[in-house]
Amino acid sequence: MTGVDPVTVGLAVVGGTGIACGAALAVAARFLSVKEDPRIEKATEILPGANCGGCGYAGCADYAKAIVLNGVAINLCSAAGEEVLALLSEMMGVSATAAEKRVAIVLCGGDTEKAVRRFKYNGIADCRAAHAVGGGDKGCSYGCLGYGSCSRVCPTGAIEITANQLAVVHPALCIACGACVKVCPRSLIKIVPVSRTIHVLCRSKDKGPIVKKLCKVGCIGCTVCAKNCDEGAIVMEGTLAVVDYARPLTTDVVIEKCPTNCIVRTETEVSDKS
Amino acid sequence: MQHVTEYLLLILGAALVNNFVLRQFLGICPFLGVSRKIKTAVGMSLAVIFVMTCASAVTWALFRFVLVPLSAEYLQTIAFILVIATFVQLVELSMKKFSPALHQALGIFLPLITTNCAVLGVAVINIKKMHTFMQSVAFGFAGALGFALALIIFTGLREKIDRSDPPKAFQGVAIALITAGLLSLAFMGFAGLVK
Repeated sequence: MTGVDPVTVGLAVVGGTGIACGAALAVAARFLSVKEDPRIEKATEILPGANCGGCGYAGCADYAKAIVLNGVAINLCSAAGEEVLALLSEMMGVSATAAEKRVAIVLCGGDTEKAVRRFKYNGIADCRAAHAVGGGDKGCSYGCLGYGSCSRVCPTGAIEITANQLAVVHPALCIACGACVKVCPRSLIKIVPVSRTIHVLCRSKDKGPIVKKLCKVGCIGCTVCAKNCDEGAIVMEGTLAVVDYARPLTTDVVIEKCPTNCIVRTETEVSDKS
Repeated sequence: MQHVTEYLLLILGAALVNNFVLRQFLGICPFLGVSRKIKTAVGMSLAVIFVMTCASAVTWALFRFVLVPLSAEYLQTIAFILVIATFVQLVELSMKKFSPALHQALGIFLPLITTNCAVLGVAVINIKKMHTFMQSVAFGFAGALGFALALIIFTGLREKIDRSDPPKAFQGVAIALITAGLLSLAFMGFAGLVK
């Protein structure tokens, strides 16, 4: 072997190994190839790419797959605008009207000015952690703790923690993905149709006198709103008034009648509440 | 019986005493890169175990039957990389077919096994220590097992650390590197167990 030029040996060895490996891979690729509908990739590109999971699938790519392969409705994406919908319907050859835009709302109005705190919490600035410490530092055991867990999981930065430690959603930015709903340890956040503007901003199940002691804008269960609105639009759940978002609520007289001002109208910005 | 003890010691030595990640500092890239979630860490470990075991077998044969007869031992690095890359591609193809979710989770770190120095390290050490074929395979498998052990332990620690509240200066990668250092120190405790 000494007579052979080392360059030739090198070429032969590396080239030979390369060709052998390449051939092996080519064979493997035949057996392991994945046939993918090219439309899946295209649909993934069309979708907003927020990967928020609001549609109920694991992400935009997963939803795109479901649209193409299983013929799932194309209007489930709450982050998609009309343009996205038009592109999708053109590609899939189906027409669909956009579902009504929905937004998240934090059903609590008790910031530090209006609701009392029981103790000074110095732990990790996270609602779930604060909630675990003696039920949270907030007097009301149902209200917003304001440590911003929801705001941190929000993929679009739509939730603001006000200077007075209360979470508020900016509807214009919200894509109704529901991430905040899952993370809130107090289950205060609800996804509602954007056309609904009258809300009971309280989730306290405490009885009236206790609520009054803890918060200036809590629902005391006086039932005035339930009696003065469209049939069944606001119902009493124990001592708490709850808006039934499935029924129309047109009268805003309830806002004036509410003795604690916990019923508010949200216009374009939920943060406008007084 | 002699044989069994010998192999046991070899495996113990490669997996614990001379752990590839924590004693020899090979394969640090995926060790830090995919140690965020246990699930991806386990997937990565399985991929590395497969690649390392197969690669040590094939590179041994390649060295013994091709490079040595041609007296072209100096080509070992580049030839080994070719073999390793092939196995990585094979893993990637099959993972894409059988577990697309894991494929997506591992992302760039899957093709990067190619440049995982632990894999090349196993192949080179096999040659250096003049292991037999069976010894090479056992060594490769045990080395990968050690890699998996280190990666999964570290991932478990990191998952816990993510939920705790370290001082701001230590958050993220900083505390992860310190943890890796401590873990490495802990594995130093195995030193001298097997020569």
